[in-house]
Amino acid sequence: MTTPILQVNELCVSYGKVEALHHINLKVEAGKIVTVIGPNGAGKTTLLSAIMGLLPSKGEIAFQGEVQRDIEVEHLVAMGMTLVPEKRELFGEMSVEDNLLLGAFMRYRAGDRDQGKTMDQVFGTFPRLRERRAQLAGTLSGGERQMLAVGRALMAKPKLLMLDEPSLGLAPLIVREIFHIIAELKQTGVAILLVEQNARAALQIADYGYVLETGSIALEGESRALADDPRVVETYLGLGGKKQ
Amino acid sequence: MDLQIALLLGQDGIVNGAIYALLALALVLVFAVTRVIFIPQGEFVAYGALTLAAFQAGKTPGTLWLLLGAGALVALIDTVMALRAGSMGRLKRIALWDLALPAAIAGLVLWLEPGRLPLWAQVTLALAIVIPLGPLIYRLAYQPLAEASVLVLLIVSVAVHLTLVGLGLLFFGAEGSRTTPFSEAQFNLGMLTVNGQTLWVLGASVVLIVGLYLFFGRTLYGKALRATAINRVGARLMGISTTMAGKLSFTLAAGIGALSGILIAPITTVYYDTGFLVGLKGFVAAIIAGLVSYPLAAAGAILVGLLEAFSSFWASAFKEVIVFTLIIPVLVWRSLTSHHVEEEE
Repeated sequence: MTTPILQVNELCVSYGKVEALHHINLKVEAGKIVTVIGPNGAGKTTLLSAIMGLLPSKGEIAFQGEVQRDIEVEHLVAMGMTLVPEKRELFGEMSVEDNLLLGAFMRYRAGDRDQGKTMDQVFGTFPRLRERRAQLAGTLSGGERQMLAVGRALMAKPKLLMLDEPSLGLAPLIVREIFHIIAELKQTGVAILLVEQNARAALQIADYGYVLETGSIALEGESRALADDPRVVETYLGLGGKKQ
Repeated sequence: MDLQIALLLGQDGIVNGAIYALLALALVLVFAVTRVIFIPQGEFVAYGALTLAAFQAGKTPGTLWLLLGAGALVALIDTVMALRAGSMGRLKRIALWDLALPAAIAGLVLWLEPGRLPLWAQVTLALAIVIPLGPLIYRLAYQPLAEASVLVLLIVSVAVHLTLVGLGLLFFGAEGSRTTPFSEAQFNLGMLTVNGQTLWVLGASVVLIVGLYLFFGRTLYGKALRATAINRVGARLMGISTTMAGKLSFTLAAGIGALSGILIAPITTVYYDTGFLVGLKGFVAAIIAGLVSYPLAAAGAILVGLLEAFSSFWASAFKEVIVFTLIIPVLVWRSLTSHHVEEEE
Protein backbone atom coordinates (compact mmCIF):
# COMPACT_ATOMS: atom_id res chain seq x y z
CA MET A 1 0.00 0.00 0.00
CA THR A 2 1.32 3.45 -0.85
CA THR A 3 1.62 6.17 1.74
CA PRO A 4 -1.43 8.38 1.78
CA ILE A 5 -0.97 12.05 0.89
CA LEU A 6 -2.70 13.07 4.06
CA GLN A 7 -3.23 11.08 7.21
CA VAL A 8 -4.97 12.61 10.22
CA ASN A 9 -4.86 10.72 13.50
CA GLU A 10 -6.83 11.51 16.63
CA LEU A 11 -7.21 15.18 15.73
CA CYS A 12 -8.92 17.31 18.38
CA VAL A 13 -9.67 21.02 18.09
CA SER A 14 -10.99 23.23 20.85
CA TYR A 15 -12.33 26.74 20.91
CA GLY A 16 -11.48 27.74 24.44
CA LYS A 17 -12.96 25.05 26.68
CA VAL A 18 -15.35 23.75 24.08
CA GLU A 19 -14.03 20.90 22.01
CA ALA A 20 -15.30 21.26 18.46
CA LEU A 21 -13.68 18.19 16.90
CA HIS A 22 -13.20 14.90 18.74
CA HIS A 23 -10.56 12.37 17.75
CA ILE A 24 -10.89 12.61 14.00
CA ASN A 25 -9.18 9.94 11.91
CA LEU A 26 -9.11 10.54 8.20
CA LYS A 27 -6.91 9.86 5.24
CA VAL A 28 -6.59 10.93 1.63
CA GLU A 29 -4.84 8.60 -0.82
CA ALA A 30 -2.84 9.95 -3.73
CA GLY A 31 -4.93 10.88 -6.76
CA LYS A 32 -8.27 10.36 -5.01
CA ILE A 33 -11.15 12.63 -4.19
CA VAL A 34 -12.23 12.31 -0.59
CA THR A 35 -15.27 14.16 0.66
CA VAL A 36 -16.38 15.14 4.12
CA ILE A 37 -20.12 15.77 4.24
CA GLY A 38 -22.26 16.80 7.12
CA PRO A 39 -24.71 19.40 8.33
CA ASN A 40 -24.04 23.02 9.20
CA GLY A 41 -21.96 23.40 12.33
CA ALA A 42 -20.65 19.84 12.32
CA GLY A 43 -17.10 21.17 12.25
CA LYS A 44 -16.23 20.74 8.59
CA THR A 45 -14.58 24.13 8.16
CA THR A 46 -12.86 23.74 11.52
CA LEU A 47 -11.40 20.46 10.31
CA LEU A 48 -9.86 22.01 7.19
CA SER A 49 -8.60 25.05 9.11
CA ALA A 50 -6.89 22.79 11.62
CA ILE A 51 -5.27 20.64 8.94
CA MET A 52 -4.03 23.80 7.23
CA GLY A 53 -2.55 25.14 10.46
CA LEU A 54 -4.90 28.09 10.75
CA LEU A 55 -6.19 26.75 14.06
CA PRO A 56 -4.24 25.09 16.87
CA SER A 57 -5.01 21.40 17.26
CA LYS A 58 -3.98 18.28 19.12
CA GLY A 59 -3.28 14.99 17.43
CA GLU A 60 -1.17 14.02 14.48
CA ILE A 61 -1.19 15.26 10.91
CA ALA A 62 1.05 13.44 8.45
CA PHE A 63 1.55 14.89 5.00
CA GLN A 64 3.11 12.50 2.47
CA GLY A 65 4.00 10.19 5.31
CA GLU A 66 5.81 12.92 7.23
CA VAL A 67 4.36 13.90 10.59
CA GLN A 68 4.05 17.68 10.75
CA ARG A 69 5.27 19.07 14.04
CA ASP A 70 5.68 22.63 12.95
CA ILE A 71 2.16 23.17 11.67
CA GLU A 72 2.51 26.57 10.09
CA VAL A 73 0.45 27.60 7.12
CA GLU A 74 3.40 28.91 5.14
CA HIS A 75 5.34 25.73 5.70
CA LEU A 76 2.45 23.51 4.62
CA VAL A 77 1.86 25.61 1.49
CA ALA A 78 5.53 25.20 0.61
CA MET A 79 5.14 21.43 1.00
CA GLY A 80 2.24 21.29 -1.45
CA MET A 81 -0.95 21.69 0.54
CA THR A 82 -3.50 24.33 -0.42
CA LEU A 83 -6.87 25.34 0.91
CA VAL A 84 -9.62 27.10 -0.99
CA PRO A 85 -11.50 28.57 1.95
CA GLU A 86 -15.23 28.90 2.25
CA LYS A 87 -15.00 32.70 2.03
CA ARG A 88 -12.65 32.48 -1.00
CA GLU A 89 -10.40 35.15 0.58
CA LEU A 90 -9.51 36.70 -2.78
CA PHE A 91 -7.52 39.91 -3.16
CA GLY A 92 -10.49 42.00 -4.26
CA GLU A 93 -8.65 45.16 -5.23
CA MET A 94 -6.16 43.30 -7.39
CA SER A 95 -6.55 41.94 -10.91
CA VAL A 96 -7.46 38.34 -11.67
CA GLU A 97 -4.00 37.86 -13.12
CA ASP A 98 -2.27 39.19 -9.98
CA ASN A 99 -4.43 36.95 -7.80
CA LEU A 100 -3.29 33.97 -9.83
CA LEU A 101 0.35 35.05 -9.75
CA LEU A 102 0.24 35.31 -5.97
CA GLY A 103 -1.06 31.75 -5.88
CA ALA A 104 2.38 30.73 -7.10
CA PHE A 105 4.19 32.92 -4.55
CA MET A 106 5.73 30.02 -2.66
CA ARG A 107 6.96 28.39 -5.85
CA TYR A 108 8.46 31.72 -6.95
CA ARG A 109 10.32 31.93 -3.65
CA ALA A 110 11.61 28.43 -4.17
CA GLY A 111 13.04 29.48 -7.52
CA ASP A 112 10.40 28.26 -9.99
CA ARG A 113 9.84 30.64 -12.88
CA ASP A 114 7.24 28.72 -14.92
CA GLN A 115 4.26 30.74 -13.63
CA GLY A 116 3.27 31.72 -17.16
CA LYS A 117 2.87 28.10 -18.16
CA THR A 118 0.90 27.18 -15.05
CA MET A 119 -1.34 30.17 -15.66
CA ASP A 120 -2.03 28.96 -19.19
CA GLN A 121 -3.08 25.60 -17.74
CA VAL A 122 -5.37 27.34 -15.26
CA PHE A 123 -6.84 29.40 -18.10
CA GLY A 124 -7.32 26.12 -19.97
CA THR A 125 -9.38 24.82 -17.06
CA PHE A 126 -11.22 28.11 -16.52
CA PRO A 127 -11.44 29.92 -19.89
CA ARG A 128 -13.61 32.58 -18.29
CA LEU A 129 -10.72 33.71 -16.11
CA ARG A 130 -8.67 34.40 -19.25
CA GLU A 131 -11.36 36.77 -20.49
CA ARG A 132 -11.38 38.52 -17.13
CA ARG A 133 -7.66 38.53 -16.50
CA ALA A 134 -7.30 42.32 -16.23
CA GLN A 135 -10.49 42.77 -14.20
CA LEU A 136 -10.37 43.36 -10.44
CA ALA A 137 -11.23 40.21 -8.49
CA GLY A 138 -13.80 42.12 -6.42
CA THR A 139 -15.91 42.79 -9.53
CA LEU A 140 -16.35 39.12 -10.50
CA SER A 141 -19.60 37.20 -10.17
CA GLY A 142 -19.98 34.51 -7.50
CA GLY A 143 -19.16 31.63 -9.82
CA GLU A 144 -16.18 33.42 -11.30
CA ARG A 145 -14.88 34.20 -7.84
CA GLN A 146 -15.01 30.53 -6.95
CA MET A 147 -13.22 29.66 -10.19
CA LEU A 148 -10.56 32.24 -9.37
CA ALA A 149 -10.17 30.86 -5.85
CA VAL A 150 -9.65 27.34 -7.22
CA GLY A 151 -7.42 28.63 -10.04
CA ARG A 152 -5.31 30.56 -7.57
CA ALA A 153 -4.87 27.42 -5.47
CA LEU A 154 -3.89 25.42 -8.56
CA MET A 155 -1.15 27.95 -9.35
CA ALA A 156 0.74 26.48 -6.39
CA LYS A 157 0.77 23.09 -8.20
CA PRO A 158 -0.50 21.46 -5.02
CA LYS A 159 -0.25 17.79 -4.13
CA LEU A 160 -3.32 18.12 -1.96
CA LEU A 161 -6.13 20.52 -2.80
CA MET A 162 -8.62 21.16 -0.02
CA LEU A 163 -11.92 22.73 -1.02
CA ASP A 164 -14.27 24.17 1.57
CA GLU A 165 -17.88 24.31 0.33
CA PRO A 166 -17.13 25.21 -3.27
CA SER A 167 -20.86 25.17 -4.04
CA LEU A 168 -21.78 27.67 -1.33
CA GLY A 169 -23.97 30.48 -2.61
CA LEU A 170 -23.77 29.50 -6.26
CA ALA A 171 -26.55 28.91 -8.77
CA PRO A 172 -27.25 25.20 -9.52
CA LEU A 173 -25.87 25.39 -13.06
CA ILE A 174 -22.61 26.89 -11.83
CA VAL A 175 -22.42 24.31 -9.06
CA ARG A 176 -22.63 21.59 -11.69
CA GLU A 177 -19.87 23.26 -13.69
CA ILE A 178 -17.62 23.58 -10.65
CA PHE A 179 -18.11 19.95 -9.67
CA HIS A 180 -17.45 18.88 -13.23
CA ILE A 181 -14.14 20.74 -13.09
CA ILE A 182 -13.25 19.21 -9.72
CA ALA A 183 -13.83 15.74 -11.15
CA GLU A 184 -11.60 16.67 -14.09
CA LEU A 185 -8.86 17.94 -11.79
CA LYS A 186 -8.52 14.43 -10.46
CA GLN A 187 -7.12 13.42 -13.85
CA THR A 188 -4.13 15.71 -13.27
CA GLY A 189 -3.13 13.59 -10.30
CA VAL A 190 -3.86 16.02 -7.50
CA ALA A 191 -5.50 14.57 -4.40
CA ILE A 192 -8.61 16.43 -3.33
CA LEU A 193 -10.23 16.78 0.06
CA LEU A 194 -13.68 18.19 -0.55
CA VAL A 195 -15.86 19.46 2.25
CA GLU A 196 -19.50 19.90 1.21
CA GLN A 197 -23.01 20.36 2.43
CA ASN A 198 -24.24 19.38 -1.01
CA ALA A 199 -23.84 15.69 -0.22
CA ARG A 200 -25.35 14.38 -3.42
CA ALA A 201 -22.99 16.24 -5.73
CA ALA A 202 -20.00 15.53 -3.51
CA LEU A 203 -20.64 11.77 -3.32
CA GLN A 204 -21.09 11.61 -7.08
CA ILE A 205 -17.53 12.70 -7.81
CA ALA A 206 -15.75 11.38 -4.71
CA ASP A 207 -14.03 8.04 -4.26
CA TYR A 208 -14.38 7.92 -0.52
CA GLY A 209 -16.50 9.79 1.95
CA TYR A 210 -16.76 10.67 5.61
CA VAL A 211 -19.86 11.89 7.39
CA LEU A 212 -19.08 14.43 10.09
CA GLU A 213 -21.71 15.01 12.76
CA THR A 214 -21.27 17.28 15.80
CA GLY A 215 -17.51 17.04 15.70
CA SER A 216 -17.09 13.30 15.18
CA ILE A 217 -16.92 10.99 12.20
CA ALA A 218 -20.30 9.23 12.23
CA LEU A 219 -19.85 7.14 9.09
CA GLU A 220 -17.27 6.47 6.44
CA GLY A 221 -16.95 4.34 3.35
CA GLU A 222 -16.66 4.17 -0.41
CA SER A 223 -18.81 6.95 -1.74
CA ARG A 224 -21.09 4.60 -3.70
CA ALA A 225 -21.74 2.61 -0.57
CA LEU A 226 -22.33 5.78 1.38
CA ALA A 227 -24.76 7.07 -1.22
CA ASP A 228 -26.79 3.88 -0.75
CA ASP A 229 -26.53 3.83 3.00
CA PRO A 230 -30.05 4.34 4.37
CA ARG A 231 -28.85 6.69 7.11
CA VAL A 232 -27.14 8.94 4.58
CA VAL A 233 -30.05 8.78 2.17
CA GLU A 234 -32.50 9.76 4.84
CA THR A 235 -30.51 12.59 6.40
CA TYR A 236 -28.49 14.07 3.57
CA LEU A 237 -29.90 13.01 0.26
CA GLY A 238 -33.59 13.01 1.03
CA LEU A 239 -36.21 11.50 -1.21
CA GLY A 240 -35.08 10.80 -4.71
CA GLY A 241 -31.50 10.72 -3.62
CA LYS A 242 -30.93 7.47 -5.39
CA LYS A 243 -32.70 8.33 -8.57
CA GLN A 244 -30.00 10.63 -9.94
CA MET B 1 5.02 89.71 0.40
CA ASP B 2 6.25 90.00 -3.16
CA LEU B 3 6.51 87.36 -5.82
CA GLN B 4 10.12 86.57 -5.05
CA ILE B 5 9.39 85.70 -1.43
CA ALA B 6 6.36 83.68 -2.47
CA LEU B 7 8.50 81.69 -4.88
CA LEU B 8 11.12 81.14 -2.22
CA LEU B 9 8.54 79.94 0.28
CA GLY B 10 6.92 77.79 -2.34
CA GLN B 11 10.25 76.15 -3.11
CA ASP B 12 10.86 75.57 0.60
CA GLY B 13 7.41 74.13 1.04
CA ILE B 14 7.73 71.75 -1.86
CA VAL B 15 11.14 70.50 -0.72
CA ASN B 16 9.87 69.82 2.79
CA GLY B 17 6.65 68.47 1.33
CA ALA B 18 8.62 65.95 -0.71
CA ILE B 19 10.24 64.63 2.46
CA TYR B 20 6.89 64.51 4.25
CA ALA B 21 5.49 62.67 1.23
CA LEU B 22 8.12 59.96 1.53
CA LEU B 23 7.43 59.56 5.23
CA ALA B 24 3.67 59.56 4.66
CA LEU B 25 4.03 56.80 2.08
CA ALA B 26 6.05 54.73 4.53
CA LEU B 27 3.44 55.27 7.24
CA VAL B 28 0.59 54.24 4.95
CA LEU B 29 2.55 51.18 3.83
CA VAL B 30 3.36 50.03 7.36
CA PHE B 31 -0.18 50.60 8.55
CA ALA B 32 -1.77 48.81 5.61
CA VAL B 33 0.41 45.73 5.97
CA THR B 34 0.81 45.44 9.74
CA ARG B 35 -1.86 47.80 11.21
CA VAL B 36 0.98 49.46 13.14
CA ILE B 37 0.85 53.26 13.40
CA PHE B 38 4.56 53.71 13.03
CA ILE B 39 5.40 56.64 15.31
CA PRO B 40 9.12 55.71 15.39
CA GLN B 41 9.29 56.50 11.66
CA GLY B 42 10.85 59.86 12.55
CA GLU B 43 13.63 58.26 14.56
CA PHE B 44 14.89 56.62 11.40
CA VAL B 45 15.11 60.10 9.87
CA ALA B 46 17.26 61.30 12.76
CA TYR B 47 19.34 58.12 12.89
CA GLY B 48 20.06 58.30 9.16
CA ALA B 49 21.10 61.95 9.31
CA LEU B 50 23.13 61.68 12.51
CA THR B 51 24.87 58.47 11.50
CA LEU B 52 26.08 60.24 8.38
CA ALA B 53 27.06 63.29 10.44
CA ALA B 54 29.04 61.07 12.82
CA PHE B 55 30.97 59.63 9.88
CA GLN B 56 31.79 63.12 8.68
CA ALA B 57 32.95 64.12 12.17
CA GLY B 58 35.25 61.12 12.16
CA LYS B 59 33.34 59.28 14.91
CA THR B 60 31.89 55.80 15.06
CA PRO B 61 28.10 56.23 15.28
CA GLY B 62 26.33 54.63 18.24
CA THR B 63 23.71 53.19 15.88
CA LEU B 64 26.33 50.62 14.91
CA TRP B 65 26.33 49.22 18.44
CA LEU B 66 22.54 49.29 18.44
CA LEU B 67 22.56 47.22 15.26
CA LEU B 68 24.92 44.65 16.77
CA GLY B 69 22.99 44.56 20.05
CA ALA B 70 19.56 44.24 18.44
CA GLY B 71 20.87 41.56 16.09
CA ALA B 72 22.31 39.56 18.98
CA LEU B 73 19.08 39.89 20.97
CA VAL B 74 16.93 38.73 18.05
CA ALA B 75 19.34 35.86 17.41
CA LEU B 76 19.09 34.79 21.04
CA ILE B 77 15.28 34.86 21.10
CA ASP B 78 14.92 33.12 17.76
CA THR B 79 17.47 30.46 18.63
CA VAL B 80 15.63 29.58 21.83
CA MET B 81 12.36 29.40 19.90
CA ALA B 82 13.86 27.29 17.13
CA LEU B 83 15.35 24.85 19.64
CA ARG B 84 12.00 24.58 21.40
CA ALA B 85 10.19 23.86 18.15
CA GLY B 86 12.96 21.46 17.24
CA SER B 87 13.55 22.98 13.81
CA MET B 88 17.29 23.23 13.23
CA GLY B 89 16.78 24.53 9.72
CA ARG B 90 16.10 28.01 11.06
CA LEU B 91 19.43 28.33 12.87
CA LYS B 92 21.41 28.96 9.69
CA ARG B 93 19.13 31.81 8.67
CA ILE B 94 19.34 33.31 12.17
CA ALA B 95 23.14 33.20 12.17
CA LEU B 96 23.27 34.78 8.73
CA TRP B 97 20.77 37.62 9.12
CA ASP B 98 20.99 38.51 12.80
CA LEU B 99 24.67 37.92 13.55
CA ALA B 100 26.75 37.71 10.39
CA LEU B 101 25.15 40.63 8.54
CA PRO B 102 25.42 43.17 11.40
CA ALA B 103 28.94 41.96 12.15
CA ALA B 104 29.90 42.37 8.50
CA ILE B 105 28.52 45.92 8.41
CA ALA B 106 30.32 46.76 11.66
CA GLY B 107 33.56 45.28 10.36
CA LEU B 108 33.26 47.28 7.16
CA VAL B 109 32.58 50.54 9.00
CA LEU B 110 35.45 50.10 11.47
CA TRP B 111 37.85 49.02 8.77
CA LEU B 112 37.04 51.68 6.19
CA GLU B 113 37.14 54.79 8.42
CA PRO B 114 34.18 56.39 6.62
CA GLY B 115 35.32 59.95 7.46
CA ARG B 116 37.79 59.81 4.59
CA LEU B 117 35.51 58.17 2.05
CA PRO B 118 33.59 59.99 -0.69
CA LEU B 119 30.08 61.11 0.19
CA TRP B 120 28.24 58.38 -1.71
CA ALA B 121 30.14 55.69 0.22
CA GLN B 122 29.33 57.39 3.52
CA VAL B 123 25.66 57.50 2.56
CA THR B 124 25.71 53.83 1.60
CA LEU B 125 27.29 52.83 4.92
CA ALA B 126 24.86 54.97 6.91
CA LEU B 127 21.94 53.29 5.14
CA ALA B 128 23.52 49.87 5.71
CA ILE B 129 23.58 50.55 9.45
CA VAL B 130 20.11 52.07 9.84
CA ILE B 131 17.97 50.00 7.43
CA PRO B 132 18.48 46.59 9.13
CA LEU B 133 17.24 48.18 12.36
CA GLY B 134 13.76 48.24 10.79
CA PRO B 135 13.17 44.48 10.55
CA LEU B 136 15.00 43.90 13.84
CA ILE B 137 12.66 46.31 15.64
CA TYR B 138 9.69 44.62 13.99
CA ARG B 139 10.91 41.26 15.27
CA LEU B 140 11.52 42.50 18.80
CA ALA B 141 8.55 44.78 19.40
CA TYR B 142 5.75 43.94 16.97
CA GLN B 143 6.00 40.36 15.73
CA PRO B 144 5.00 38.78 19.06
CA LEU B 145 1.88 41.01 18.98
CA ALA B 146 0.96 40.60 15.32
CA GLU B 147 -2.62 39.67 16.20
CA ALA B 148 -3.12 42.46 18.75
CA SER B 149 -5.53 45.35 18.25
CA VAL B 150 -4.54 48.61 16.57
CA LEU B 151 -4.59 50.34 19.95
CA VAL B 152 -2.15 47.91 21.55
CA LEU B 153 0.16 48.24 18.57
CA LEU B 154 -0.08 52.04 18.85
CA ILE B 155 0.98 51.92 22.50
CA VAL B 156 3.91 49.69 21.55
CA SER B 157 4.81 52.30 18.92
CA VAL B 158 4.92 55.01 21.57
CA ALA B 159 7.23 52.85 23.68
CA VAL B 160 9.51 52.10 20.73
CA HIS B 161 9.57 55.80 19.85
CA LEU B 162 10.57 56.86 23.37
CA THR B 163 13.23 54.17 23.55
CA LEU B 164 14.75 55.17 20.23
CA VAL B 165 14.73 58.89 21.10
CA GLY B 166 16.48 58.09 24.38
CA LEU B 167 19.06 55.96 22.61
CA GLY B 168 19.50 58.76 20.06
CA LEU B 169 20.41 61.18 22.86
CA LEU B 170 22.84 58.65 24.24
CA PHE B 171 24.48 58.00 20.88
CA PHE B 172 24.64 61.46 19.39
CA GLY B 173 24.38 63.88 22.32
CA ALA B 174 22.13 66.90 22.56
CA GLU B 175 23.87 68.98 19.90
CA GLY B 176 22.51 69.10 16.40
CA SER B 177 24.53 68.35 13.28
CA ARG B 178 24.56 69.27 9.66
CA THR B 179 26.19 67.31 6.89
CA THR B 180 27.95 68.51 3.76
CA PRO B 181 25.55 69.10 0.87
CA PHE B 182 25.46 66.62 -1.99
CA SER B 183 26.08 69.45 -4.43
CA GLU B 184 27.19 73.07 -4.10
CA ALA B 185 25.74 74.03 -7.45
CA GLN B 186 23.30 76.94 -7.75
CA PHE B 187 20.95 77.66 -10.59
CA ASN B 188 19.27 80.94 -11.36
CA LEU B 189 15.81 80.66 -12.79
CA GLY B 190 14.67 84.23 -13.28
CA MET B 191 14.04 85.61 -9.81
CA LEU B 192 14.50 82.26 -8.16
CA THR B 193 17.74 80.71 -7.00
CA VAL B 194 17.62 76.95 -6.75
CA ASN B 195 20.48 75.18 -5.06
CA GLY B 196 21.76 71.73 -5.81
CA GLN B 197 20.57 70.10 -2.61
CA THR B 198 16.98 71.13 -3.36
CA LEU B 199 17.18 69.34 -6.67
CA TRP B 200 18.67 66.31 -4.94
CA VAL B 201 15.79 66.16 -2.48
CA LEU B 202 13.16 66.52 -5.20
CA GLY B 203 14.92 64.14 -7.57
CA ALA B 204 15.48 61.47 -4.94
CA SER B 205 11.88 61.75 -3.75
CA VAL B 206 10.51 61.36 -7.26
CA VAL B 207 12.83 58.43 -7.97
CA LEU B 208 11.84 56.76 -4.71
CA ILE B 209 8.12 57.29 -5.27
CA VAL B 210 8.33 55.93 -8.82
CA GLY B 211 10.43 53.07 -7.49
CA LEU B 212 7.81 52.22 -4.87
CA TYR B 213 5.08 52.44 -7.49
CA LEU B 214 6.92 49.97 -9.69
CA PHE B 215 7.71 47.75 -6.72
CA PHE B 216 4.05 47.46 -5.75
CA GLY B 217 2.72 47.25 -9.28
CA ARG B 218 5.28 45.05 -11.01
CA THR B 219 7.13 42.79 -8.60
CA LEU B 220 5.75 39.70 -6.91
CA TYR B 221 7.05 40.75 -3.50
CA GLY B 222 5.37 44.14 -3.89
CA LYS B 223 2.14 42.42 -4.85
CA ALA B 224 2.53 40.08 -1.88
CA LEU B 225 2.69 43.10 0.43
CA ARG B 226 -0.45 44.54 -1.15
CA ALA B 227 -2.14 41.16 -0.84
CA THR B 228 -1.35 41.04 2.88
CA ALA B 229 -2.78 44.53 3.26
CA ILE B 230 -5.98 43.52 1.41
CA ASN B 231 -6.57 40.09 2.93
CA ARG B 232 -4.28 38.69 5.59
CA VAL B 233 -5.83 35.20 5.70
CA GLY B 234 -5.86 34.93 1.91
CA ALA B 235 -2.21 35.94 1.81
CA ARG B 236 -1.22 33.39 4.44
CA LEU B 237 -2.97 30.68 2.44
CA MET B 238 -0.69 31.62 -0.48
CA GLY B 239 2.30 31.13 1.81
CA ILE B 240 2.90 34.85 2.29
CA SER B 241 3.65 34.91 5.99
CA THR B 242 2.54 37.86 8.07
CA THR B 243 6.01 37.98 9.58
CA MET B 244 7.73 38.19 6.23
CA ALA B 245 5.36 40.93 5.07
CA GLY B 246 5.88 42.82 8.33
CA LYS B 247 9.65 42.64 8.13
CA LEU B 248 9.65 43.68 4.49
CA SER B 249 7.44 46.70 5.12
CA PHE B 250 9.55 47.75 8.11
CA THR B 251 12.68 47.41 5.99
CA LEU B 252 11.14 49.71 3.39
CA ALA B 253 9.98 52.18 6.04
CA ALA B 254 13.42 52.23 7.68
CA GLY B 255 15.04 52.78 4.29
CA ILE B 256 12.69 55.61 3.36
CA GLY B 257 13.15 57.22 6.79
CA ALA B 258 16.94 56.99 6.79
CA LEU B 259 17.20 58.31 3.25
CA SER B 260 14.88 61.21 4.07
CA GLY B 261 17.11 62.12 7.00
CA ILE B 262 20.21 61.97 4.84
CA LEU B 263 18.54 64.19 2.24
CA ILE B 264 17.49 66.93 4.69
CA ALA B 265 20.62 66.85 6.86
CA PRO B 266 22.47 69.40 4.66
CA ILE B 267 19.47 71.79 4.69
CA THR B 268 18.38 71.69 8.34
CA THR B 269 20.23 71.02 11.52
CA VAL B 270 19.12 67.62 12.77
CA TYR B 271 18.97 66.89 16.49
CA TYR B 272 18.42 63.51 18.15
CA ASP B 273 14.71 64.34 18.52
CA THR B 274 14.11 66.19 15.24
CA GLY B 275 12.71 63.08 13.65
CA PHE B 276 9.58 63.06 15.76
CA LEU B 277 8.34 66.41 14.46
CA VAL B 278 9.22 65.56 10.87
CA GLY B 279 7.57 62.19 11.21
CA LEU B 280 4.45 63.74 12.70
CA LYS B 281 4.07 66.02 9.70
CA GLY B 282 4.30 62.98 7.49
CA PHE B 283 1.63 61.52 9.74
CA VAL B 284 -0.68 64.50 9.18
CA ALA B 285 -0.31 63.89 5.46
CA ALA B 286 -1.02 60.19 5.92
CA ILE B 287 -4.14 61.04 7.94
CA ILE B 288 -5.33 63.32 5.13
CA ALA B 289 -5.18 60.18 3.01
CA GLY B 290 -7.07 58.20 5.65
CA LEU B 291 -4.00 55.95 6.03
CA VAL B 292 -4.99 54.11 2.87
CA SER B 293 -4.36 56.13 -0.29
CA TYR B 294 -0.79 56.62 -1.49
CA PRO B 295 -1.44 59.44 -4.01
CA LEU B 296 -3.60 61.34 -1.51
CA ALA B 297 -0.87 60.99 1.10
CA ALA B 298 1.69 62.49 -1.28
CA ALA B 299 -0.63 65.36 -2.17
CA GLY B 300 -1.39 65.93 1.51
CA ALA B 301 2.33 66.05 2.25
CA ILE B 302 2.95 68.79 -0.33
CA LEU B 303 0.03 70.71 1.20
CA VAL B 304 1.56 70.32 4.67
CA GLY B 305 4.95 71.50 3.36
CA LEU B 306 3.48 74.58 1.67
CA LEU B 307 1.32 75.45 4.65
CA GLU B 308 4.35 75.18 6.91
CA ALA B 309 6.50 77.37 4.67
CA PHE B 310 3.94 80.14 4.30
CA SER B 311 2.90 80.13 7.95
CA SER B 312 6.56 80.42 8.95
CA PHE B 313 6.59 83.70 7.00
CA TRP B 314 3.35 85.15 8.30
CA ALA B 315 3.23 83.72 11.80
CA SER B 316 6.44 81.91 12.47
CA ALA B 317 5.69 81.43 16.16
CA PHE B 318 2.56 79.50 15.22
CA LYS B 319 4.05 77.50 12.37
CA GLU B 320 3.66 74.09 14.04
CA VAL B 321 0.31 75.02 15.53
CA ILE B 322 -1.08 75.86 12.11
CA VAL B 323 0.23 72.65 10.54
CA PHE B 324 -1.08 70.39 13.26
CA THR B 325 -4.40 72.23 13.48
CA LEU B 326 -4.93 71.13 9.90
CA ILE B 327 -5.60 67.66 11.23
CA ILE B 328 -8.81 68.77 12.98
CA PRO B 329 -10.85 69.84 9.92
CA VAL B 330 -9.42 66.83 8.08
CA LEU B 331 -10.64 64.47 10.79
CA VAL B 332 -14.04 66.15 10.91
CA TRP B 333 -14.36 65.89 7.15
CA ARG B 334 -13.18 62.27 7.19
CA SER B 335 -15.55 61.23 9.92
CA LEU B 336 -18.47 62.88 8.14
CA THR B 337 -17.76 61.37 4.75
CA SER B 338 -16.47 57.88 5.50
CA HIS B 339 -18.29 54.89 6.90
CA HIS B 340 -17.05 53.93 10.28
CA VAL B 341 -16.13 50.28 10.64
CA GLU B 342 -15.85 48.92 14.15
CA GLU B 343 -12.70 46.99 14.70
CA GLU B 344 -13.34 43.36 15.52
CA GLU B 345 -12.49 42.50 19.06
